[in-house]
Amino acid sequence: MKEIRLSGSGGQGLITAGIILAEAAIMEGKQAVQSQSYGPEARGGSSKAEVLIDDHFIYHPKVVNPQIFLAMTQQAMDKYSHDLTPDSIVIVDEDLVQNPHGSEHIVKVPITNLSVEHLGRDLFANIIALGLLVKVTGAVSFETIQKAVAKRVPPATVPKNMEALRIGYESIQ
Amino acid sequence: MSEARLMQGNEACAEGAVAAGVRFFGGYPITPSTEIAEYMAVNLPKVGGNFIQMEDEIAGIGVILGASLAGKKALTATSGPGFSLKQELIGYAAIAEIPAVIVNVQRMGPSTGQPTSPAQADIMQARWGTHGDHPMIALSPWTVRESFDVAVKAVNYSERFRTPVIILLDEVVGHLRERVELPSAHEIEIYPRRMPNTTKAQGYKAYTPMEDLVPNPANFGTGYRIHCTGLVHDETGFPSGSPKVTEQTIHRLHEKIMRVQDEITHYDEFFMDDAEIAVVAFGGTARTAYAAVEAARHAGQKVGMVRMMTIWPFAENVMRNLAKRVKGILVPEMNYGQYVYEVERAAAAQARVVSLPKYDAEVFTPDEIKQAIEKLAAEVAK
Repeated sequence: MKEIRLSGSGGQGLITAGIILAEAAIMEGKQAVQSQSYGPEARGGSSKAEVLIDDHFIYHPKVVNPQIFLAMTQQAMDKYSHDLTPDSIVIVDEDLVQNPHGSEHIVKVPITNLSVEHLGRDLFANIIALGLLVKVTGAVSFETIQKAVAKRVPPATVPKNMEALRIGYESIQ
Repeated sequence: MSEARLMQGNEACAEGAVAAGVRFFGGYPITPSTEIAEYMAVNLPKVGGNFIQMEDEIAGIGVILGASLAGKKALTATSGPGFSLKQELIGYAAIAEIPAVIVNVQRMGPSTGQPTSPAQADIMQARWGTHGDHPMIALSPWTVRESFDVAVKAVNYSERFRTPVIILLDEVVGHLRERVELPSAHEIEIYPRRMPNTTKAQGYKAYTPMEDLVPNPANFGTGYRIHCTGLVHDETGFPSGSPKVTEQTIHRLHEKIMRVQDEITHYDEFFMDDAEIAVVAFGGTARTAYAAVEAARHAGQKVGMVRMMTIWPFAENVMRNLAKRVKGILVPEMNYGQYVYEVERAAAAQARVVSLPKYDAEVFTPDEIKQAIEKLAAEVAK
């Protein structure tokens, strides 16, 4: 089973990214669950999304053993990292998370800055992160995640989102 | 079956209700139930139904009772504080015998509590939240697919018994997205609105009980006279102060449901063949309990699980028999301990019943339940 946690600040689009990842897994005939946790605020505040992917029905729907942990703010890094293990892979937006911790496997990528630099706005950071997650986890194929993103986002934004996915996917080796 | 897709529990519940014929939604949005209102606002107009956002939760249930009396299958959805506000009219629906479905997506309380955190602490409120003696049907799904199925059942039961039915979702299942394949329309059985089978000339009275003890009052606006009240009433629908009528009415309200209790008691058993310990769980907690039971089985424990979909009426016979089959029963629930007391009562000391409460606004981990299983197994082995 793949256990993935995406965290950041409300409004960064991480719950949407989690939903798209789960939808991509279902497109490949897998089982997937997605859950979320957030405060009462409409914007700001920390939020997390969790995605579990398996070949069998998933009973307990929350992450028990975080294999992949994405943090897009320092606050989320600190708040949702209590159960990381030495094997967890921690992916952070290196400009927004000054102090990544909890594991020796830390992947630093300037996720939000890549979005601003290449696509003109920070809006695509979540899709860049999604490309990155697919590269690291191999949870679904790159073709499937492209299809899943195209299905979810407004039609006019598909080209930019495809570009964002590619940027994320190619941001690490 | 539809194509597999990712769907949320709340969304599946709303879709199930519409599939079962719900054409009217009244309510007031509140986390974690809001997605049900959102779904209804978008989708009811597409099937000729109506969505109305009222000024508060009380009006939200008031308007669905009116819609139901006028012949529409109707539903409202809420959470904690809103469920408290709706209690008086739930009692009105019970005595005036108005079909209605109330969804309560449970969150941490009391009062505003923890607005976005899970709980299962409205178990007793669902049963006894409105005052006076009344029967109650409450169903609690544990998967997204079952949220659809439970909604269909709830609508059907409310129509068949002309009684309010409560869907006890919890935040875990209500907000969970998972892979579902839904049944197509022809695979769904729908209980139609009951209609009068006599005319006024033939002696029609709105509240004459049929053979199944349920009356067939006419819908408002269909040419019949109907008097609808929260006062105890006789067959005509008009208030009666008679002790005999009072006793008969209260008895019939209970009996119309209790006579078919076994039929409406829905549950699953897992790993029970040689089990010495049983975990009894429902809703989101049952998912974690299943993972814990499976892990404990792998570790050699003779443990099984009984998963309840029907919360009310309480599964008296199921629990009494269970207590005779096992040595210990563990009841994990996301509250300070509620359902466990009913289990304990039914078990009548035939098995050791242990509560595993959880009220820190977090869900159980499989390990917490597994450890409690091991502890109970060690205790009953002595």
